[in-house]
Amino acid sequence: MSGKDSDLNSNNIKPVHTNKVGGSPFKGVVGWIDNRLPIIRMFKYEYLDFQVPKNLSYLWSLGGILMICLIFLIVTGLVLGMHYKPSSTEAFISVEKIMRDVNYGWLLRYAHMNFASFFFIAVYIHIFRGLYYGSYKEPRQLMWLIGIVIFFMMMATAFLGYTLPWGQMSYWGATVITNLFSAVPLVGKAIVTWLWGDYSVGDSTLNRFYVLHWLLAFGILGVVIFHVIALHIVGSNNPSGIEPADTRDTVSFAPFTTSKDLFAMLIFLLAFVLITMYAPNYLGHPDNYIPADPLVTPAHIVPEWYFLPFYAILRSIPDKLLGVIAMVSSIAVLGLLPWLDLSKVRSSVFRPIWKQFVFLFVLDFFILMYVGGMPAEGIYVLIARVGTVYWFLFFLVIAPLVSLTEKTLPMPNSIHEYEDWKKQGRIKTFKIF
Amino acid sequence: MSLVLKFSLFFFFLLLNISNSFSAEKQEKLLKQSWSFDGFFGKFDRASLQRGYQVYTEVCSSCHSMNLLSYRNLSEAGGPSFSEEEVKAIASKVEVLDGPNDKGEMFRRPGKPSDKFTSPFPNEKAARAANGGAYPPDMSVLVKARAGGPDYIYSILMGYDDKPPKGIKLEDGVYYNKYMPGNKIKMAQPLNKDSVNYSDGTLATQEQLAKDVVTFLTWASEPHLEARKRIGFKTVFYLLILTVLVYLVKKKIWLSVEPKV
Repeated sequence: MSGKDSDLNSNNIKPVHTNKVGGSPFKGVVGWIDNRLPIIRMFKYEYLDFQVPKNLSYLWSLGGILMICLIFLIVTGLVLGMHYKPSSTEAFISVEKIMRDVNYGWLLRYAHMNFASFFFIAVYIHIFRGLYYGSYKEPRQLMWLIGIVIFFMMMATAFLGYTLPWGQMSYWGATVITNLFSAVPLVGKAIVTWLWGDYSVGDSTLNRFYVLHWLLAFGILGVVIFHVIALHIVGSNNPSGIEPADTRDTVSFAPFTTSKDLFAMLIFLLAFVLITMYAPNYLGHPDNYIPADPLVTPAHIVPEWYFLPFYAILRSIPDKLLGVIAMVSSIAVLGLLPWLDLSKVRSSVFRPIWKQFVFLFVLDFFILMYVGGMPAEGIYVLIARVGTVYWFLFFLVIAPLVSLTEKTLPMPNSIHEYEDWKKQGRIKTFKIF
Repeated sequence: MSLVLKFSLFFFFLLLNISNSFSAEKQEKLLKQSWSFDGFFGKFDRASLQRGYQVYTEVCSSCHSMNLLSYRNLSEAGGPSFSEEEVKAIASKVEVLDGPNDKGEMFRRPGKPSDKFTSPFPNEKAARAANGGAYPPDMSVLVKARAGGPDYIYSILMGYDDKPPKGIKLEDGVYYNKYMPGNKIKMAQPLNKDSVNYSDGTLATQEQLAKDVVTFLTWASEPHLEARKRIGFKTVFYLLILTVLVYLVKKKIWLSVEPKV
């Protein structure tokens, strides 16, 4: 140690490095840029060399698919926004004008509409994947929570977007959902008026919904970036639920994951194109082609298909305020799962009891979706109530109870051993039918 | 692979059930027709579109508006394919209120192809007053705005019955229709044999008139249907080839990881 250094130490002075130029693995111009703005090496580390468990199934392709959906939605939405008019007298006509007179406007509008639906198809499979393979457990809890925030934002954005064409379902859907806030004690009515910007859903409501639809879309993009950053810190889970240990367990992101994900994306796009080009209004409601009319209430007000399970939960409770609380908590309760499910084993492959309840939960989701689309009367009310009870039971009671009492199956020590066991038929992997 | 497929199929059939449930009212089964515009390669029957336009102008348009259409649309690709001359002639037959001119006065002039279809009534109140309180809906997107689409409109047109089943009381100006929700409709049977004289020699039976006008209304709701199906087919074709190629590439890449598979 030189005398100068010890001087620094004795006076409690430390060297600083405000200039961090350098460290790039690249040479030449690329290296010059990367030394000053290290995004090129970040891309290399995080998207080329990034190690991913080699046993990921196609259920792990949904993340990339969701990213594509979001980008397509933003791009089509951007162009639609250049032609759309958020006014109660012009909105319906402007959408039809896009469909008729704007070059390929029909394509943009149908694509935007159906991408929203496919976004939800993908996100539901994505959430199921996390649920089945325990992707919410240590150390991925925060990522799971960020995911739930994204899901809430998606729902809000989709709801706001659905009001924009200003058809009958837009108008009455907006009326029903905004009226939910009136259930808040004391200030409910004031909140609703504040949301509407008027004393009923009207021109000012549509205008602000349009602005918020835009804002939230980019908000989702921002939170998705957090989701992805968190993913690159904790790494991907995999069907075995065992953390990779060495290179026998992993492959690099490119070209292995990229080629696999690209194939899955193309299959997804094929399904999307078939619906968009041959049955573009199939997932929508015909009433939304009737211009909004505050004086005529549709026979049944139904939300878009992806809201039906939560709509069923809302309606299954006779009290308005409690219904709203139940609906919101039915999603928020997902966020507690990392602390309710105490099992150390992640993957349901090794959890014979929990696995059954997860499948039952999926069934419950579909049953609620079905009754959500039916009128709230007779047997449907009862089914919705049973479904709602199971929904909450699953998280609040079954998850902790099963995780404490269940006898899990013997587990391999590593992912490559897991693969060997699979080949030997010692592990029953996931098959739905 | 199989898992993804199974999952998407499962979802698809589920959605199928759900959208059916939207229209789960206890209702007469619609008269299903085979339409020229159905299917992967569906195209509108041009002659039927032109005849349908004639039915619309001579029958429907006395009560129903079509605010979103312009006369120019009639000559556009994928539509009834009237020539531009014919469209000019069609448009010039109507009178359009225009203005104000330099003196600040509104004036009437013959229509141009760029004009919107003229409406039978100046406003909704006038339409209701003339139709016993009922408002004849605008027909621009009518086919898309009804569950069942073309089959529903066709069924309504064919669903009148002079002798309603016992137990149904009809007030004055209300008619019985098998396919109308609630079975009561304020529109009198609009199409009868020979309501319209077809110039191309087609027999103007009630079925023919209904079929032609529904074809026309479907085009009006979906003027780019033909382009959509054409581009759709090309896209699917392209994607299928790309998907196969990408699958082969993926297999080859993964050979180093899964040599046996």
